[in-house]
Amino acid sequence: MYPAPFEYSAPTTLEEATALLAELGDEGRVLAGGQSLLPMMKLRLATPGHLVDINRIPGLDRIEHVDGHLQIGALVRHADVVDSQEIADASPLMASTAPWVADPLVRNRGTVCGSVAHCDPEGDWNSVMLALGAEVVAASRHGERVIPIEDFVVDYFTNSLQAGEMVTAVRIPRGDAGTAGKYLKLERKVGDYATVGVATHLRIDGGTIVEAGIGLTSVGPRNIKAREAEAMLVGEAPSSELFAEAARAAALASDPASDVRGPADYKRAVVEAYVRRGLEACVRQISEEG
Amino acid sequence: MRVDVTINGEPRSAEVEPRTLLVDFIRTHLGLTGTHVGCDTTSCGACTVILDGKPVKSCTVLAVQAHGSELRTVEGLRQNGRLHPIQAAFKEHHGLQCGFCTPGMMLVGAALLEKNPAPSEEEIRWELSGNLCRCTGYMNIVEAIKAAGAGSAGDAVGEDLGAAESVAAAEEMEAHA
Repeated sequence: MYPAPFEYSAPTTLEEATALLAELGDEGRVLAGGQSLLPMMKLRLATPGHLVDINRIPGLDRIEHVDGHLQIGALVRHADVVDSQEIADASPLMASTAPWVADPLVRNRGTVCGSVAHCDPEGDWNSVMLALGAEVVAASRHGERVIPIEDFVVDYFTNSLQAGEMVTAVRIPRGDAGTAGKYLKLERKVGDYATVGVATHLRIDGGTIVEAGIGLTSVGPRNIKAREAEAMLVGEAPSSELFAEAARAAALASDPASDVRGPADYKRAVVEAYVRRGLEACVRQISEEG
Repeated sequence: MRVDVTINGEPRSAEVEPRTLLVDFIRTHLGLTGTHVGCDTTSCGACTVILDGKPVKSCTVLAVQAHGSELRTVEGLRQNGRLHPIQAAFKEHHGLQCGFCTPGMMLVGAALLEKNPAPSEEEIRWELSGNLCRCTGYMNIVEAIKAAGAGSAGDAVGEDLGAAESVAAAEEMEAHA
């Protein structure tokens, strides 16, 4: 299968790329890892007139500390996250997610930012970003703006970028002491979409939960931030009763559809079990940390 | 657009449309048909090639994206008419049945062994998890990679291909391209 014909440019600077995108408007589409975009183009679900390949722009492949954040550049591949010590230190949640994204060959090519921008509700990263309170850094000819992830993820395959804008990085708050996270994913086989995925993030200070994040994959028209469940946790001491209650609230926030991967009731039950297990895993991580 | 690559150590180039997939560039434009097209949907790994040191699915990379890069395909495994240890191990341990997935399996195995010369069975299975064998011959594929890593592929290691038809076919193809 071939994609429909398109024009192709491979700029070598960000300025060149944003100038091109400004000129192209809706016809322009950024190509990074291409592991979602190219299959969609082959199926003619996407028919961009002009691809702007950003792979030749230096500097976008960095994982670096910027203003108290850990910033993941637009060309950081899933495999780079698997291998990164910075990620392991700063975000146990990201570190536990990366090995479960797609398969090893796709991880060598696909990017975190590309997955974030794609806004596929069955993608893993946006649940993680919602749980962590991440921000998306977008560049255009007019400069840069920072978009909170909750404003970025709009709907099914829809983000809030404007024409002429591209994602240059996603950034997460640096994990302070007492931070833990876990991604749990039920999949039929490697490389399949998640039947259910659950991202959990906790920070505990002096026996009290001071931060809680829960993101849900494949159980709604977009990745879901389980706000009510999060709010139940903050300010409380961790306990199995509390976690069970939060897990029930998260399951209620999910909106799964029955499909080949299972009936909706089953998926909702998996959300509940995984939220509880994820939160318990976070507490174990923190107590092991000492 | 012109695409220049170094493939199996040899500089090659061709003019392609931007929408040309890397796998078609390798098979059609460069005449190296050892890389297979299986599912064409990023699922099966039959089209696996090594792009700048990393195994990727070449049905999901544009040829123009590979401009200036270094590629390695199954044809690049044999050296001076001798089987690569991974090829010898696949032969000795019956790591192939129909052979369709084999180029991808061997390249993923070879890339893994370059990174980790003595992987555990679990590490091998994890690394192979993006490659499908429709004959379901996974047991022997895993055995073969393990043997190649341990350098215990026996007498077959470095075996002379001699007059094997594959050499003649490969040379004919190289001359033809």
